[in-house]
Amino acid sequence: MTRYFTQDHEWIEIEGDLGTVGITDYAQGQLGDITFVDPAEVGASVAKGDAVSVVDSVKAASDVYTPVSGTIAEVNAALVDEPELVNTDAEVGGWLFRITLSDTSELAALMDDAAYKAYVETL
Amino acid sequence: MTISNDNDDETPIETLTLPLDAWHRAKGGRMVEFAGYWMPVQYEGIMAEHLWTRESAGLFDVSHMGQLYVSSDGEAEFDVDAALEAVLPIDLSTLKTGSVRYSLLLDDDGGVLDDLMVTRWGTGFYLVVNGATKWDDIGTLREALPDEVLLNHLDETALLALQGPKAAEALERHAPGVSALTFMKGAAFKLGGIDAWISRSGYTGEDGFEISIPGEAAAQIADLLCGEPEVKPVGLGARDSLRLEAGLPLYGHDMTPDHGAVEAGLAFGINKRRRTEGGFPGAARVQRDLAEGPARKRIGLVLDGRMAAREGAEVYAGDQQVGIVTSGGFSPSLQQPIAMAYVDAGHAGDGTALEIGMRGKRLPAKVTPMPFVPHRYHR
Repeated sequence: MTRYFTQDHEWIEIEGDLGTVGITDYAQGQLGDITFVDPAEVGASVAKGDAVSVVDSVKAASDVYTPVSGTIAEVNAALVDEPELVNTDAEVGGWLFRITLSDTSELAALMDDAAYKAYVETL
Repeated sequence: MTISNDNDDETPIETLTLPLDAWHRAKGGRMVEFAGYWMPVQYEGIMAEHLWTRESAGLFDVSHMGQLYVSSDGEAEFDVDAALEAVLPIDLSTLKTGSVRYSLLLDDDGGVLDDLMVTRWGTGFYLVVNGATKWDDIGTLREALPDEVLLNHLDETALLALQGPKAAEALERHAPGVSALTFMKGAAFKLGGIDAWISRSGYTGEDGFEISIPGEAAAQIADLLCGEPEVKPVGLGARDSLRLEAGLPLYGHDMTPDHGAVEAGLAFGINKRRRTEGGFPGAARVQRDLAEGPARKRIGLVLDGRMAAREGAEVYAGDQQVGIVTSGGFSPSLQQPIAMAYVDAGHAGDGTALEIGMRGKRLPAKVTPMPFVPHRYHR
């Protein structure tokens, strides 16, 4: 399994042609208390960079962009009752959606863990 | 994802710092630009700070607000009361020394330029106006007031708010006698040895105090108060969610020059004698709206579900747009989304079922009396 990151603070973990997407721990810390997750639409065909989900905090609503193109395969049902999982477990249990990739070559443009850490250091 | 900065008020040329700037940073405050200043939006988190204020006491730095002193230039004959009444729809004949009253700065068309607190001091009046509007307010007041009236901007004075059910017991330890004040009353106290003007007032719906002190003493006083077990610092984020639950409008959002005082639900800021007599800017509009009822009203909405409505969202009755959301968010105390909106008067009745358009969805909402969370003022 390989994990990639975007400059918009999404992470995606790849297993075959299936990717699991969430927001990073840094991002949840910036957003503060998550009160609601507007889920991605299962079955929707989406392009890299599309806003597919929304994370609501007390302060504001924030779009989540898909790091890759493909079809939304599943959303995290646990977030309906426990949106705060995005705060407490952003990079594991607080995942937002799974996507079937249509073009795995898009992954090459994303950052690896070390590159993302270095990027966050600059913010 | 987008990490928003929510500083939509003004983009100043240069962001200024307030007396507690270093103090906030040392306390872990996350600083954002607000009303032209660096201000803490949160420390440990908006939800925790909000709930702490409702159950204990939160210390807010509101030094960005404008503190003004209006007085006579020394000509004993000059009637400052009359001069101020020509500018504000307030009845100063019933405002005793040390009493605080809510008032409005209206334009000639009755639009709301600002809301403010007016306190009678022995020698003149102490005004507290909004931070984002203070420079315009000073211009408006200076132009409208005669030359015999002095207008001083107390710009080296800090303003702190200590809010919450345990505020009185914490403050009493350092300013003996302060707990004898009742809501909307103020007096001079020694607070930790510092001269302070303290009033029992605030913007959270809770019992609490607003504390005016010299800027150079602000850090010392903030440390003193946060040394009490009941008190934690609270940022602008929770200040906004607290005031929303309390049904208190935010200037620039829930009231603007495009809103009249009556439709904004602020007629209580226009004292009875002045409603009848007029003689203040915008009086004709106020009197007409009071007599005929405004065409639209500021109302509260409680939403089903957990998705919050945000400022700018459209409000619908069936297919017809009947209004617009001016403030909205998730209520930490009620654990559901709440909002303020302006809607056509025919859809403003309590219990009216409406819908809010958000991101292509229609969110069911019900018109609900404000405050959403009961006020707990010490009257």
